[in-house]
Amino acid sequence: MSGTERRPDPDELLARVREEEQISARGKLTIFFGFAPGVGKTYTMLEAARGEAEDQKRDVVVGIVETHGRYDTGSLLIGLELLPRRPVEHRGIQLEELDLDAALKRRPHLLLVDELAHTNAPGSRHLKRWQDVDELLGAGIDVFTTLNVQHLETLNDVVAQITGVVVRETVPDAVFDTSSEVRVVDLPVDELLERLREGKVYVPQQAARAVDNFFRAGNLIALRELALRRTAERVDAQMRGYKAAHGIEESWHTGERVLVCVSPSPHSARLVRAARRMATSLHAELVGVYVETQASLRLSVEDRERLAQNMRLVESLGGESVVLRAEDAAVETVRYARKRNATKIVVGKPTRPRWRELFRSSFLDDIVRKSMEIDVYVISGQSGAEVTPPSPPRQKPLALAGGGAAVAVIALSTAVAWYGFGQEQLADVVMVYLLGVVIVSMRNGYVPSLLAAVLGVVAFDFFFIPPYYSFAVSDLRHIVTFAVMFLVAVVISNLTKRIRDQADSARGSERRAASLYAVSREVGLAPSRDLLLAAADRHLREVFGVRVAVLLPGSDGMLEGAFAEPGTLDEADKDKGVAEWVWLHQRSAGIGTDTLPSARALFVPLKGARGRVGVLALYPSAETRLGDADDRQLLDTFAGLIGSAVERTQLAEEARRAHLRAETEQLRNSLLSSVSHDLRTPLAVVTGATSALLDEHGPKDEHARRELLQTAHEEALRLNRLVRNLLDMTRLEAGALKVHEELQPIEEVVGAALDRMEDRLRGREVETRIPADLPLVAFDSALIEQVLINLLENATKYTPAGSPLEVVARTQEAFLEVEVNDRGPGVGPRDAERVFDKFYRAHEGEGGGVGLGLTICRGIVAAHGGRIWVEERTGGGASFRFTLPLEGKASNRVLPAPEEQESEAR
Amino acid sequence: MTEPTPLVLVVEDEPQMRKFVRIALESHDYRVIEAGTALEAVKQAVSYTPDAVVLDLGLPDGDGMDVTRRLREWSTVPILVISARGQEDSKVKALDGGADDYLTKPFGAAELMARLRVALRHAAASREAPTAIVQVGDEVVIDLVKRLVHVRGEEVHLTPIEYKLLTALVKHAGMVMTHRQLLEQVWGPGHAHQMQYLRVYMTQLRHKLEANPARPKFLVTEPGIGYRLKADV
Repeated sequence: MSGTERRPDPDELLARVREEEQISARGKLTIFFGFAPGVGKTYTMLEAARGEAEDQKRDVVVGIVETHGRYDTGSLLIGLELLPRRPVEHRGIQLEELDLDAALKRRPHLLLVDELAHTNAPGSRHLKRWQDVDELLGAGIDVFTTLNVQHLETLNDVVAQITGVVVRETVPDAVFDTSSEVRVVDLPVDELLERLREGKVYVPQQAARAVDNFFRAGNLIALRELALRRTAERVDAQMRGYKAAHGIEESWHTGERVLVCVSPSPHSARLVRAARRMATSLHAELVGVYVETQASLRLSVEDRERLAQNMRLVESLGGESVVLRAEDAAVETVRYARKRNATKIVVGKPTRPRWRELFRSSFLDDIVRKSMEIDVYVISGQSGAEVTPPSPPRQKPLALAGGGAAVAVIALSTAVAWYGFGQEQLADVVMVYLLGVVIVSMRNGYVPSLLAAVLGVVAFDFFFIPPYYSFAVSDLRHIVTFAVMFLVAVVISNLTKRIRDQADSARGSERRAASLYAVSREVGLAPSRDLLLAAADRHLREVFGVRVAVLLPGSDGMLEGAFAEPGTLDEADKDKGVAEWVWLHQRSAGIGTDTLPSARALFVPLKGARGRVGVLALYPSAETRLGDADDRQLLDTFAGLIGSAVERTQLAEEARRAHLRAETEQLRNSLLSSVSHDLRTPLAVVTGATSALLDEHGPKDEHARRELLQTAHEEALRLNRLVRNLLDMTRLEAGALKVHEELQPIEEVVGAALDRMEDRLRGREVETRIPADLPLVAFDSALIEQVLINLLENATKYTPAGSPLEVVARTQEAFLEVEVNDRGPGVGPRDAERVFDKFYRAHEGEGGGVGLGLTICRGIVAAHGGRIWVEERTGGGASFRFTLPLEGKASNRVLPAPEEQESEAR
Repeated sequence: MTEPTPLVLVVEDEPQMRKFVRIALESHDYRVIEAGTALEAVKQAVSYTPDAVVLDLGLPDGDGMDVTRRLREWSTVPILVISARGQEDSKVKALDGGADDYLTKPFGAAELMARLRVALRHAAASREAPTAIVQVGDEVVIDLVKRLVHVRGEEVHLTPIEYKLLTALVKHAGMVMTHRQLLEQVWGPGHAHQMQYLRVYMTQLRHKLEANPARPKFLVTEPGIGYRLKADV
């Protein structure tokens, strides 16, 4: 066994070959990279494209190119094939976008797509043009495109700092780094400014002022440097990659990591980008970490969303995002950094006022203190350029009920204190008020409890501090009492709130854990695909508040709706289109993603261990919860579970089919061997006997001739029985057996069967014991006659000639039971089940049939809802028994007695 | 010589089967004419007016049912249909449509002769005055005039319906009667579907006349088709 372990799995090899083929089949991306608009990127690109078309004779098509009305650029388009643009109307404005589908259909060698950083009009398949380009490359089409340095994701905020202009359209660095070629389009700054003055640079009207700021000589020099440096970095990386690939030198050891602390802060995105740049220059991996603590439970919805965004940013920059849970964020961060062998931790500058650190040490302090050998980089959180959209003022209406409760409880406390302790025992009175605050904070939450604290102090002053019934205070000592009382109340409120939050969080994670457990159990154990999908649907609906549809590939490999709740997959074509895209690309699309965000649902690929399985569609409703990172993570886990469960049922189905095929094959083989033997023997006898009779030198003796004829006749009858059984079996198996049930006495059929068998039963004593008062039973007389004939035939075949037989019928609970008994050798317990199996014969070759008679009996009886079996008969022999259901009262209703009819008839 | 031997029309598309039937019939001194298709069968029947028809239900140009129907339009010639097993429905249809009896393939020559003889005798009997006293086997004697039934020498009391049932079977002694035919003759045309009545009365009749009702000697059940009063031939 051990020898075979290291042998590569052929499937794996094949997959690897395919993967490599795919990479080589992927199109090449060439980026014309500039430091500012107007340096001539588009012009250079078109020139290069013309070169490709004319010199290399390649099939070049212009996907989308903006000439901005410049004559020299426009003239370069002459002679190139232009792909019609896709018109899009958005809020009354007519826009034109790259027609991705047309491009994919046209399949040129090389497609020109200007402005890689462009954001597509709403309703397009992808949010960004670089995603379109990615799909084009995936289809094996080479692409020429243009890009300015300020659109690079990691440089985005640096550029904003330099120029003061925030650029919203960004391209992930990975696109830039993995492109096949970057051609820098450079122009001295003076020349660019010259061109600008001559009006040769396209400036959109609305951005004119920003542009004024942008095109300052200082800015441009800085941008130019940035662009050249970024390109140099890329070349550097390529060089290193080349060296590594050719084993020239191992220049840096892998495994180095930069860990960045992500927070819900709006400034965190900047931190992430800075960390990315650092990681890139160090050729280290980037890990974004967020530690969930008690404090995270108090995050607002906006904060959660921002946190999720920041985490996604880490991922989109090629980093890994990790959410940890712990009491102390700093300790956990350092512990994790050590575990992952991170050498640098990037932290934001604290934004909290200094005095707060008097009570609690800051996160930064803790990190610095505990990090030991790990370097800690502190980066400014503030960035003038980073414009954070002002979060809408949070409406936090003091719940009227909570306020009312606070007032009521304090009033009650006052009453209790008044009547219980009076105005003298101030310490007890204070306790009563504090108890009130505790009650409010437990029952009504934080804000009402603060209100209760204030009200408590006020009421205490008013009722119990002299001068009574006034807010004035005569003794200054009471001021201190008030302060302490208020402070204690606030601390209690805070503590209670924290306990509540913890309980909520525990409940939340318990709910998640419970639902995960339920899903994994139910989905994992579901015996069929439909039950599995129903279970998955139920859980997804409960946990996320969504309506669910599942698409799985049908027998033709095309996606089909395998499960759809009402209201989903209605606009079948459109939704299916999105689902097919997801199926093809194995990435989520639809609501909340960058791809086809205008779709009606979120489409998630279902993956199993062996690859793609299907697509899950989630249709949001009013109470949908998919917003935060936790939910997304949970959804991913769900999708994984469902995917592997669906795959499991598919594999089980495949295995079942394979087993069935094997069984069918085996059956066919035994049928063939049985048939060939059992049909040939009687045929051979008939042929032999008749040819002997025809032969002129054959037997002349009348007795011998008669014997031959007799043999031929008997064999022909046997042949007839064999064929009859084979036909019956075929009919049974094809499901073509129709049961015409009619109410009738069993006695008739027994009589008919015995009559039909008369010849073969000759010389045997056949006893029948059928009570006269048996009810009518619903059955198909021809089929049950066949059962009886088969059983009687078996008895004549396998018992000694002349031995007695017995047919008995009686009611047995809800069934009519019929017995065919013999005094033969009997059927041993070993064979008791198997005699009903196809082609099974307990005694080989005793003039028997193909071994189908009892199988047919079982099929017929089962079709009637009965059961057939064989028992050892007391006193020796076999007792074959079968039952037919009496079926309640309807079927054995009492018919009008003959006497009643008599009077009528006469 | 005075009475010509009966002429039988054999309608069968399988030449080998036709040959077998012809040889069997001719060896019993019947005269035989043959037809291979439904069309030919009707032509032959019109030209020769045979005394009996042996008709296979499966013919290349339409089924035997058509032939039965077209013959019955003008003729009462006894028709014996031949069919494969498992075609109970078409048998019942043919019998209800006017055929007199049936045989299931494969059948022996003796069986064919017996059925044919009964059919011919029945056809002859219907032209004569009905006999007053009918003997069924050794044990049952039916006096149709006095309406008395004796079994093994003892008088047996039958209800009117039982008696009507018995006489209906006696009239077609030796030939099968479908459930529908019996129901219509005994209860009238409106009751053609009340099969259970028939079964209950049939069981009672059997219990009154047969020594062992579970192994009847004369009142035989043809599963899925009807009943037959077995007459000794």
